[in-house]
Amino acid sequence: MSARRLKAAGLWVATFLLMLVMCLPGLWVVLSAFRPNREILAKPPIWVPQRLTLDNFGKIFGFGAEQVAIPVGSYFLNSLVIAMTSTVIALAVGIAGGYAFARFRFRGKNAVFLGLMLFRAVPGIALSLPIFMLWSWIGLINTRPGLIIVYVSLNVPFTVWLIDGFFRQIPASLSEAALVDGCTRWQAFWRIEFPLARSGIAAAGVFAFLTSWNEFALASQLTRSTASKTLPVGLMDFTAQFTIDWAGMCAMAVIIIVPALILTFLVQRHLISGLTFGGVKG
Amino acid sequence: MTALLRTHRTDPAPFLLLAPAVLVMLSVVALPLVFSLWTSLTPYRLTRPETIGAFIGLRNYIRLFSDGAFWAAFGRTLLFLVIALNVEFLLGLGIALLINRITWGQRTLRTVMMFPMMFSPILVGFQFKFLFNDHIGIVNNALQSLGLIDFAIPWLVDGRLAMFSIIFAEVWMSTSVFAILLLAGLFAMPRDPIEAAKVDGCNPWQVFRHITLPFLMPFVYIAMTIRSLDVARAYDIVKVMTDGGPAGRTELLWTLIARTGYENARMGQANAMAYVSTVLSVLFTWYFARKLIAARRTMGGAE
Repeated sequence: MSARRLKAAGLWVATFLLMLVMCLPGLWVVLSAFRPNREILAKPPIWVPQRLTLDNFGKIFGFGAEQVAIPVGSYFLNSLVIAMTSTVIALAVGIAGGYAFARFRFRGKNAVFLGLMLFRAVPGIALSLPIFMLWSWIGLINTRPGLIIVYVSLNVPFTVWLIDGFFRQIPASLSEAALVDGCTRWQAFWRIEFPLARSGIAAAGVFAFLTSWNEFALASQLTRSTASKTLPVGLMDFTAQFTIDWAGMCAMAVIIIVPALILTFLVQRHLISGLTFGGVKG
Repeated sequence: MTALLRTHRTDPAPFLLLAPAVLVMLSVVALPLVFSLWTSLTPYRLTRPETIGAFIGLRNYIRLFSDGAFWAAFGRTLLFLVIALNVEFLLGLGIALLINRITWGQRTLRTVMMFPMMFSPILVGFQFKFLFNDHIGIVNNALQSLGLIDFAIPWLVDGRLAMFSIIFAEVWMSTSVFAILLLAGLFAMPRDPIEAAKVDGCNPWQVFRHITLPFLMPFVYIAMTIRSLDVARAYDIVKVMTDGGPAGRTELLWTLIARTGYENARMGQANAMAYVSTVLSVLFTWYFARKLIAARRTMGGAE
């Protein structure tokens, strides 16, 4: 092995170790989710795990003998239903809006675009104050639809922005050729442009799902009970308990992070190009 | 321009396509914001519903100017923003330059690097609450096991340490966002100028200072824009880690606003606070959005 290659390998190992140290805090939480609470609380600390167990997961979902105060199962279901429904709606709205921006010229285009982006700058708590009051009056507080509607509005600007960028990368001449060949514009869209933009749209869907899945500020004010509480709100409930069940909380954290890990990994290719294409190249 | 783009002025298609998006944003964001503006002009309290009809003009806003707690929170948010963004930028730049030098197995490193990005703020807050816990946290445990300290450092109980811990959590979460955006800039960079500079005898520092960095600036700008908006609205991390404590020493703008509105039930005052803060951040976005468009033009070829 030449000195040059040795140096390159050394650099790689050093960088890898550095990245690993960076990930350590997260990995420690994941590891703690598989340890008994006794071991976490032990003094002096037990560094090498003596027993790894899935009990924490069973316990928070209520499978164990003891009763748990936090109904993680229903929070999980709420999170899943709310995130998936709001993603599907945001995608439908976003595809229509993104296509309009990418393929048409019309009056007030820039104003509408800027308006959408400005709405995105409104912080969650600022939006939660009036929505809390309005939803209380019309009975949407502490319901799944109440949160779904809010999450759709959170995701629409970014979804429009991303999908606009993806449609622009598809040459307009392709669908024009289809029009010449006798397709309607509707057919040209579904047969030519949609399939080409599909992976980009999927990435936009993942971003929307993750936004809803992780959202806390609005959910913490607009949900009250198991009828609509999501996982992030449930995690806060844990910290408010009299005796803190660190192992249980770590297990819950793992439940929240696993879907995020898988989904982000799937769209990794778009994460770098999505952030830059969406942001830089518009 | 192509034939498809040349639509008639009366073509209803783009307006129909945009209608759902505009409708959603108007009804779920714009309308509540108008309502919020009205509320900020009343002494509305959640405990006294009849007060929503009482118009008091700008009294809530005027009170804000002499509200010490509000400006203290404002100052803390600004401090938090400046420190966190600069540390994230420097660390992110370092990591991006390091990874850019690696030619083989770069993909693996990038994947590992993105690990913290997958954690939501609420999880990051919980994670560091766990790690910085003075009794069972790994930080104190490690320091004590190594014999560096013989007492428990009250990370989240002391005001200054708590602020440090929160900034640490924020930096941990977002350094890789900077790194990944700057790395995208490095990838897009043409090789020729660097080779030419090397031939002309520039040392690595000079190459970085006069070629790499100027080219990266639009990317730095974009990363700063995206991040500053998110950091300015910090809420989740603080809420979980300290909830503004101890004794309000880590109270940032949005935790204060939430406390005023929900815990103290003073919705009128909270909406006034939120309006001032939101307008500031929207102006901020508007300013940066224009800069962003300018930066996009200077980069060329993107349009």
